Amino acid sequence: MKEEIKKVIEETGFPIVQDEKSGAAQWVDMRELRLSYIISVENIKPFYEGLKEGKLLGTKCKKCGRLFFPPQKDCPSCFDSDIEWVELKNEGTLETMTVVFVRPPSFGMYDPYPVAIAKLDDGPKILAWYKGDPQQAKPGMRVKVQVCKRKEGYVMYEIAPA
Amino acid sequence: MSENVAVIGVGHSKFGTRKDVNIAELCWESMRPAFETANLEPKDIDFFVVSNAGMWSSEAAVPALIAEYADLAPKGSMRVEAACASGSAAIRIGYTAVKSGMADIVLVLGVEKMQESPNPNVIELIGRFGSYFWEFENFGLTFPAYYALHGTAYMMKYGATEEDYARVAVKNHYYGAKNPYAQFQREIDIETVMKSPYIAWPFKLFDCSPITDGSACAILASEEKVKELGIDEKIWILGQGVGTGTANLSRRESYTSLASATYAAEQAYKMAGIDMDDPTKYLDGANVHDCFTAPEIIAYEDLRFCKRGEGYKLIREEQTYIGGKIPVNIDGGLKAKGHPIGATGVSQAVEAYKQLLQKAEPGRQADINKGRWLAHNVGGTGHYTYVTIYGLEKR
Ligand SMILES: [Zn+2]
Repeated sequence: MKEEIKKVIEETGFPIVQDEKSGAAQWVDMRELRLSYIISVENIKPFYEGLKEGKLLGTKCKKCGRLFFPPQKDCPSCFDSDIEWVELKNEGTLETMTVVFVRPPSFGMYDPYPVAIAKLDDGPKILAWYKGDPQQAKPGMRVKVQVCKRKEGYVMYEIAPA
Repeated sequence: MSENVAVIGVGHSKFGTRKDVNIAELCWESMRPAFETANLEPKDIDFFVVSNAGMWSSEAAVPALIAEYADLAPKGSMRVEAACASGSAAIRIGYTAVKSGMADIVLVLGVEKMQESPNPNVIELIGRFGSYFWEFENFGLTFPAYYALHGTAYMMKYGATEEDYARVAVKNHYYGAKNPYAQFQREIDIETVMKSPYIAWPFKLFDCSPITDGSACAILASEEKVKELGIDEKIWILGQGVGTGTANLSRRESYTSLASATYAAEQAYKMAGIDMDDPTKYLDGANVHDCFTAPEIIAYEDLRFCKRGEGYKLIREEQTYIGGKIPVNIDGGLKAKGHPIGATGVSQAVEAYKQLLQKAEPGRQADINKGRWLAHNVGGTGHYTYVTIYGLEKR
């Protein structure tokens, strides 16, 4: 693309091309922005320490016992931030699923991936990739949450048949 | 303070792939007819709101851009974003501005130019409308996939089929073919849908609304202004409800309903004086947020057009065609008319105006006996829902 545009500029004086379908003139933006965020996980560090050991951790309000997954450091019921990290039961039941065929470009290195939502026996629900045959998957079936290694090299959790 | 707020002028651009215009030109395409139907000029506007999700398009300061292009400077303005419900959020801002007395005449403009970016980038950006960190970053959810999780749950719970979903697309294309502003003006059959490639199971290409460029415009006015200007052709905003859902789908109770939608519907019905147990008795028709086929069926239930678990029967029995229990999306819906994110909610208001005033194109005019029209506009996957009731008679 870049080379093509260079050629167009050389030939016509501007980065202006004709739209393939309509023939309408289009200015091809010369400015490109690549987005990649830096996101704080300072307050959920134990989650990643747990994952490394194969455990799925959530947070629990010490005052009212409310369980949070994804973990959060503040309990809005109690206006309290006195939380503890607890290991969640890694088993539950399948709620629903899909298979993502058309992937975002940033997931282009992966084959179509099944995604499931499961309800853990402890109560919280979890969404993750499903490792198993999606055609055999039915709501209500028993599933487990396990740790897996991603192509990028880091560990993550996934849902699989129990 | 204005007791009632009216829509006194509307405009709609051609929806589709609009490589022939830039953003400001696309805006003017709907602003001009809105001014003309209201018989007003830019100088008459007290305040204007622009709904635009942006990201895929180059210009971010759209209110300033159109202030310049359409002589609206130095009037006050605001850009609002509520994902795919941005247009209804803009209507809410306009409505509250007039209702509070802060403005007498407000221009509401919805615009989106999604095709300034390549399709894969747009697919990526829309997928980020949920919980970015927990559901996108590691699991690559896309917009169709979020709704597919609901589509699957609904099929499994109630026994609906992929063919039932296809029937929604067939209906909406049937009416899109009669709407000169629609992106797709051609009819399709169930087989077309069933044979199209999977995007996110159970959704195939023809279960999905397209990537669209377009704009829509509505001019709102106070009751006093309506009198002062002697406006005959107008509709009233009888009620509006809005709800918000959790960012993470994993924090939701149900995947066969959108909690934000049931919440918004109850508010809107209450405000408009509609019996929640039988709302179709009060409505001549509705526009619901059919970004995919299954969510149209779920919307029937969230809006109480039928009992839970019976939405798919409504479409199977063609009860949401003209002549049925309640005509739905007879402008083609998001599916065939197109879904320019920020413009969709305003486009629904334009459709309410056209239907209630019997200005819809041949073959897609509903019978108007009850004088009320409903618009249901969802942002993200129930992350936000607006339900708005429009009527010929003020409350
Ligand atoms: Zn607490």
